[in-house]
Amino acid sequence: MSHGHDHEHELLPQAIRTEAIESLLLEKGLLTPNAVDEVIARYAERIGPMNGAKIVAKAWKDPEFKKRLLDNGTDAIEEFDLEGGQVEKLVVVENTPTEHNAVVCTLCSCYPWAVLGLPPKWYKDPAYRSRIVREPRKVLAEMGLELASDVSIKVWDSSAEVRYMVLPMPPEHLSDEVLAQQSEAQLAELISRDSMIGVEVLG
Amino acid sequence: MDGIHDLGGKHGYGQVDREVDEPTFHAPWEAKVFSLMLASGPAGAWLCSDRFRHLVERVDPVSYLSDGYYGRWLGGIEIGLVEAGVLSQEAIQSRYIELGGLKSDRVAASPVGNPEPLGDFPQEFHSQREVPQARYSVGDSVITDTQVKHGHTRLPAYARGKKGKIVACHGGWVYPDSNAHGKGEDPQNLYTVEFQGEELWGENSEPMSLCLDLFEPYLHLIQSEEA
Repeated sequence: MSHGHDHEHELLPQAIRTEAIESLLLEKGLLTPNAVDEVIARYAERIGPMNGAKIVAKAWKDPEFKKRLLDNGTDAIEEFDLEGGQVEKLVVVENTPTEHNAVVCTLCSCYPWAVLGLPPKWYKDPAYRSRIVREPRKVLAEMGLELASDVSIKVWDSSAEVRYMVLPMPPEHLSDEVLAQQSEAQLAELISRDSMIGVEVLG
Repeated sequence: MDGIHDLGGKHGYGQVDREVDEPTFHAPWEAKVFSLMLASGPAGAWLCSDRFRHLVERVDPVSYLSDGYYGRWLGGIEIGLVEAGVLSQEAIQSRYIELGGLKSDRVAASPVGNPEPLGDFPQEFHSQREVPQARYSVGDSVITDTQVKHGHTRLPAYARGKKGKIVACHGGWVYPDSNAHGKGEDPQNLYTVEFQGEELWGENSEPMSLCLDLFEPYLHLIQSEEA
């Protein structure tokens, strides 16, 4: 993005200001030089939607786990031993042929980091935050998800410390037989981040 | 506070722009801001997410919209560090100019002189607390408060003075409206309240419902389920 400045490297003002604060904190010994590498290793490699996908895949295959997950998400995901914070209490809401759930945080950008990683840019941008609570059907259609008129829509605005994740339906073409044959790891490959936010239905 | 951050229901922001194969961080500075957020807490800038969220809410509104998510975090971090006396804004600004920034660039952070107290940095982040028995139960009809607070709150403007139904009780949680301002945890019962689209947006609303997690002081009883 150009901002009309005459910098040699065309750095964004925010990038320069980050460097200014970073260098001052380093000089004061309030920041460790490898802190940023740790952040990248943690959030770009170990924590992400693949964790949520494992949970969903297990729920598809194991009805008893699915019941526990919907009753008390926090307890049910303990066995996955996830890091990443932001899930002191997890509530999992199930999408069905007649009810569709979508998650947002209008006041900031609360998101279940431990199961879905850091949120995508669109989730934090004003367009999604302002509109999904007011015209969800229209926004979802614009995002490529046309819901039938008999599907009711429920939006979850994460205004406290409870975090929400959507349990998507398995793709329609996936028969019960195939579902039973495939391993959880194979099924997890099919599950997108956006389906667990509730802006996509798996096809 | 009625700030720029309170975006729910606002018009004019256009279509949702989804990026294909989006990286976790779009540029090295974004990951650095994340590490600055982590370091600035123990350094004294904030000690709870409530305070950090409020710092970000206080960023210059134009910057809030134009600098992106990590840009607004950066503004909040700067406010916190300066108000805590960890860094002076003059030192940040002069380093910024040394590194190639322009004097005319907009500064996202406007720290104030008399910051609110903080306390000790917690050993771990945990917000659930024992509280007296919940005043409301599932099925109760409630109406949300209409009072506009100057400080931090988690009742969005679009849901002020609206009628809804309690669908879940979550027990006691640290109350952000108090905790963000260093006035103690003042734990309160937390409820999920479901609102119908028509109640929020009028009779032309899309058929929809919406759930918010709201603290007991935001709610007034209309009718209890038992009545």
